[in-house]
Amino acid sequence: MPHTLTVNGKARSVDVDDDTPLLWVLRDVLGMTGTKFGCGAALCGACTVHVDGAPTRSCITSVASVAGKKVVTIEAVGETPAGRKIQQAWIALEVPQCGYCQSGQIMSATALLAAKPNPTDSDIDEAMSGNICRCGTYVRIREGIKRAAQGSGNDKKGA
Amino acid sequence: MTVHLSRRQFLSASAALGGGLLIGFTTSPSIRNAEGAAAATFTPNAFIRIGGDGQIVLTMPYVEMGQGTYTSIPMLIAEELEVDLKQVRLEHAPPNEKLYANPLLGVQATGNSNAIRGSWQPLRQAGAAARTLLVSAAAKRWNVDPASCRAQSGEVRHAPTGRRLKYGELAADAARMPIPEKTELKQPKQFKLIGTPAKRLDTPSKVDGTAVYGIDARPAGVKIATLAQSPVFGGRVKSVDDAKARAVKGVRQIVRLDDAVAVVADHMGAAKKGLAALAIEWDDGPHARLDTSEIVGALEKATLNPGAVAQSIGNTGKAMASAVTRVEAAYQVPFLAHATMEPMNCTVHVRQDGCEIWVGNQALGRAQAAAAKTTGLPLDKVVVHNHLIGGGFGRRLEVDGVTRAVQIAMQVEGPVKVVWSREEDIQHDMYRPVFFDRLSAGLDDKGMPIAWNNRFAGSSIIARWLPPGFNNGLDPDTTEGAIDLVYALPNLHVEYLRVEPAGIPTAFWRSVGPSHNVFVTESFIDELAAAAKQDPVAYRQALLDKSPRAKAVLELAAQKAGWGKPLPAGVGRGVSVQFVFATYLAQVAEVEVSKDGAVRVRRVVCAVDCGTVVNPDTVRAQIQSAVIFGISAALRGEITVKDGRVQQSNFHDYQVLRMNEAPRIEVHIVSSTEAPGGMGEAGTSAITPAVTNAIFAATGKRIRRLPVANQAAVA
Repeated sequence: MPHTLTVNGKARSVDVDDDTPLLWVLRDVLGMTGTKFGCGAALCGACTVHVDGAPTRSCITSVASVAGKKVVTIEAVGETPAGRKIQQAWIALEVPQCGYCQSGQIMSATALLAAKPNPTDSDIDEAMSGNICRCGTYVRIREGIKRAAQGSGNDKKGA
Repeated sequence: MTVHLSRRQFLSASAALGGGLLIGFTTSPSIRNAEGAAAATFTPNAFIRIGGDGQIVLTMPYVEMGQGTYTSIPMLIAEELEVDLKQVRLEHAPPNEKLYANPLLGVQATGNSNAIRGSWQPLRQAGAAARTLLVSAAAKRWNVDPASCRAQSGEVRHAPTGRRLKYGELAADAARMPIPEKTELKQPKQFKLIGTPAKRLDTPSKVDGTAVYGIDARPAGVKIATLAQSPVFGGRVKSVDDAKARAVKGVRQIVRLDDAVAVVADHMGAAKKGLAALAIEWDDGPHARLDTSEIVGALEKATLNPGAVAQSIGNTGKAMASAVTRVEAAYQVPFLAHATMEPMNCTVHVRQDGCEIWVGNQALGRAQAAAAKTTGLPLDKVVVHNHLIGGGFGRRLEVDGVTRAVQIAMQVEGPVKVVWSREEDIQHDMYRPVFFDRLSAGLDDKGMPIAWNNRFAGSSIIARWLPPGFNNGLDPDTTEGAIDLVYALPNLHVEYLRVEPAGIPTAFWRSVGPSHNVFVTESFIDELAAAAKQDPVAYRQALLDKSPRAKAVLELAAQKAGWGKPLPAGVGRGVSVQFVFATYLAQVAEVEVSKDGAVRVRRVVCAVDCGTVVNPDTVRAQIQSAVIFGISAALRGEITVKDGRVQQSNFHDYQVLRMNEAPRIEVHIVSSTEAPGGMGEAGTSAITPAVTNAIFAATGKRIRRLPVANQAAVA
């Protein structure tokens, strides 16, 4: 049946089964390929998007469950202050390697920074351990979050 | 350095389309030799194109899978050409084994950590030759001595008169200039780019979701397919009931092959739902009862008999007889999956008269050939569009996925993107082989090794992947790290037995031969130090007098790690040193072992001498990456087979390191002007023994079988 959802501020309508994972609606139906498929079982975090601001694994989130909620993806996360700072830190520190997991890493890191402007190492462990990186960019992801947090400390608008 | 060039041998310049300057060059010694002998038509291997607009295009024969090659290779050109890195634009090279063969592999492939090694001379020479031609063209136009002109920042300048011409303005003239007889390459002290941390050209697109990987290809009208392949390698489809699958909304077609079934749908959600609704009966075939223990048992048994002699120095039999102490040990390593973050995928459009493919692959020529073979089309009717690769690690040196996707696409009208589920990806990988090693050594009265024997058995990837590379029972990859050790060992004898595991396909896996050999040799040398009751670093140092670069990295890593400083109970340091991929690397791992055997790698200190460093930030990134990759495998990586089926399926049972487990990693780079070594893989082979040696230091338990799993638990 048709579903209406809000993606990056725009209302979109798709005609798929209720239980269709949001990931495939984004990638295959709406053609927004920035959000990645990694495991299909919420084990790797590559598909992370924000649903009403909360980091959410889109591979196990049904399209029906996001009706009336705001979905934000990697394509628009840079429009938020926290997302922009994370992206800038990622570029400054050359975080990505193959880059495939980084959409999900950035979505998780942005949600963390938005919720906790000065995250501790254990905050980072907790927020980021659901996101696997096979290139092993963890050292730089941690540095990147700290760098973005310092930026937010100087920015009165906050994260 | 002066390099002499001749048109036939090495380089050609010709008018490019649009009146620009085109420099072709070969990086393949074999082609160069044949050319010199035949004095026939020159076939270039890669191209620099300078347009009238000054745009410099590098047709890039290497693929980007995270290793930074899209930045480091252009740096070589830009350095000699005297342009900013931002001025160089990349184009993926199309599949063409003649033009784009990797000089160190002989086929069009990105692997074995050799892109910089293979490109170091030819790409700089190509840049320098282009620069020389541009300078000559400017000098001619100004009617001045070329020696009074110099190239800088994308233009030629004549200092005495202050005149300047941009490269774009000179390109057409330069294309008509005679090839210079000699070209000066810069001295290292003149480098402006090489050795400086360049910003990666691919990073911006990788932080905003615009980077396009193979799985993101969306040709117009594309359908999405996912598949179930025989759960036992070599099995067949017996029957399929697809009634329920066809009823799933969005499912368009069920494709049945001999050994797989695919569901084609409007989107992956429908394809997966359709696949789950299929009732497939399989004929498991000849490997229905296959078990890992059977495979390991066959290898163990094989090592009771002599193998092909990979290296023999002195007389180990005689030396063994005079040894004061003898040490014996057997080691084994498991099958490993690649588990790239981007699951296997390939998009194919088969038409009556041609085939188009969208994929990220490390061996494009082979991808094209596989599609041609499967469809029966001539090679030139197969177009391959390469993409960024979401993790290679050797998996995408194989084209089994291309063949499979083409088989499916041949039954589908219009383009179809075939996407493997993670479960299919892990259960139908081509695996890092199991190896079994039997070692013995003899020590003299001072505890130093006077005899070293190693006989090991396992799969040879080269024998299948590059048959001419397998000779007399040996290949250079399977033995790398087991022979040509850094240590001065007066008597050494190493034998290899090729034993292929029937029913399990094997493939290259990051750090390839050394992934297993360095674990074994660096563990065994640690055993010898322990048997001699000597410090592991001091023991190695004493054997490295003839290998000063290895000794230097060992000493640097030990010093930076605080080797010898006291540690709390349950914490230990372990060391490894290696020379593989033409790079010297030493690592010290600091490991904490809890009473229940949980192992946590707290800190890793690396000292690397990879010769001339092109992009130091990439060297650091690659070591950080390779260390994490190696720890994942060392601690928990294992693919097992029961009743012919791979038992692991996703990241819950094929676990990899996560953020909360990642150690601090320090990388110390030794300054050098030697030729560059490889950096993509060295860190992976070095970390495994550093970790297991640290476990020994912390607990007294010697790990001889990987993964570590719970072997460090107090019994």
